[in-house]
Amino acid sequence: MTKPIEVKQDAPIVINRTATKSYALQESAIVKWSLITISLLFLALFLILPLITIFVTALEKGWDTYVASITHPDALAAIKLTLTVVLIVVPLNTIFGVAAAWVITKFNFKGKNLLITLIDLPFAVSPVIAGLIFILLFGAQGLFGDWLFANDIKIVFALPGILLATIFVTFPFVARELIPLMQMQGVTEEEASISLGASGFKTFWLVTLPNIKWGLLYGIILCNARTIGEFGAVSVVSGHIRGLTNTMPLHIEILYNEYQFTAAFAVASLMSILAIITIIIKNIIEWKAKEV
Amino acid sequence: MELTLKKRNKKTIIPGFSLTLGYTMLYLSIIVILPLSMIFFNTFSMSWSEFYETISHPRAVASYKLTLGTSLGAGLINVVFGTIIAWVLIRYEFPGKKIVDGLVDLPFALPTAVAGIALATLYSPNGWVGQFFDFKIAYSPLGIIIALTFIGLPFVVRTVQPVLQNLSSEVEEASASLGANRIQTFTKVIFPELLPAMITGFSLAFARSLGEYGSIVFIAGNIPMKTEITPLIIMTKLEQYDYVGATAIATVMLIGSFLFLFIINIIQWVTNRKFNQH
Repeated sequence: MTKPIEVKQDAPIVINRTATKSYALQESAIVKWSLITISLLFLALFLILPLITIFVTALEKGWDTYVASITHPDALAAIKLTLTVVLIVVPLNTIFGVAAAWVITKFNFKGKNLLITLIDLPFAVSPVIAGLIFILLFGAQGLFGDWLFANDIKIVFALPGILLATIFVTFPFVARELIPLMQMQGVTEEEASISLGASGFKTFWLVTLPNIKWGLLYGIILCNARTIGEFGAVSVVSGHIRGLTNTMPLHIEILYNEYQFTAAFAVASLMSILAIITIIIKNIIEWKAKEV
Repeated sequence: MELTLKKRNKKTIIPGFSLTLGYTMLYLSIIVILPLSMIFFNTFSMSWSEFYETISHPRAVASYKLTLGTSLGAGLINVVFGTIIAWVLIRYEFPGKKIVDGLVDLPFALPTAVAGIALATLYSPNGWVGQFFDFKIAYSPLGIIIALTFIGLPFVVRTVQPVLQNLSSEVEEASASLGANRIQTFTKVIFPELLPAMITGFSLAFARSLGEYGSIVFIAGNIPMKTEITPLIIMTKLEQYDYVGATAIATVMLIGSFLFLFIINIIQWVTNRKFNQH
């Protein structure tokens, strides 16, 4: 190619590029900005305004009322119960998630797809039904009702029932995050570690865990958020005993139904702050995972 | 290839198979299999006429229609706006985009009861938004649709987003260079690629909507025959200690959900096949 031709070709190509960009490869500025406006309006109506409502209503009657609402003995009892539930349910589901992901991704066996379906099942079951099934098992008229009554064990309308119902709703989260991740990573690194003489536990701790830590953390965060907020299932099994079996969401419900809106939104604002922190951590994890 | 893979796995040196499988199965049996089988066990103890009478009660039937209708409405709203939001977040740059992107996850993180009271307050007749409308939003089926739209939005956005992200620009360039305008490129090239993700997002949101309780009870008003959803019927029956009735309605809901998932799987199989042909 000679120089003059190159120069001649350069000019039209540049014009052509901008031309295609504006007409055939990208929408016009009007379309672009109307789509952005539609999106922002939609999100404002459905996400941003509700969030603002929570904090404005909570602080409507001043800071002192706000503090009084969240330090009320019933509120503190609800916060304590919710924390207890989180501290038991999240570790249990984490161990389950890791074990389930390990067996599903590291081995081939019959019935694997059935196992995966079972893990996904809670997503297709209403939380209200999740509560109902434990009433049918452990309630007064339930399968084990008489035996539990005779031995003076309380499951339904007490902490164990709340734990079981919450576990049912939240156990898939960790497993669901880990299974695709561990599937992608395969088994070669673990095999290398084992054949070099490391124990199974050591292999998991030093080889698998560093590989899956961000996915694991992500699953735990999601599981944690759902555990804190679970309402339908817990509502069925808790019995709504104030100061005893009321979790934070149930406490909010009672306050709201008693028209104590400020107090209800005060507790709700605490949970919203937790939700926002969850989203921030989630974004940090995604950002870290991309770096790796 | 498949044979060697299986052979290798049979002789796997990785330990922990029986331990992890045993633990997984034990956990699933206690938490899922045994409790869920109680539903069917209790239903079989009912006579057919008793069962049929409970599930075909006008109040129950009205609740099925309401639950299905509002879930469908919210699902369709989310498919349209969720796809637009995903498009905007992937394709355009604008100030505050990162925050908007993070905010989409709010319905996953915010407790449903909190969302419920916030939406009910916002859309009630004297709420910030509700006051501008001379018809009821909260305490009507419209309120239920709003709550379900809130709950389902991230399902659609988060399913469509990665597909849009991975769409290669070459296809669009090819379409444009062959003379297609932007609308043609979208409807003939981009949309078919997005459709499976849109269906998945819709079905995830819809499945979640069918069973949703927490966000709806506050905004629905819960008027029998008008704004009473099916999970609430179960709840009411439980409060009246009518465990048999509650179980019967739960059976209908479970079968409905499973049927829906089955249909969606078939639809996805068909769309995947249709679009993978060329």
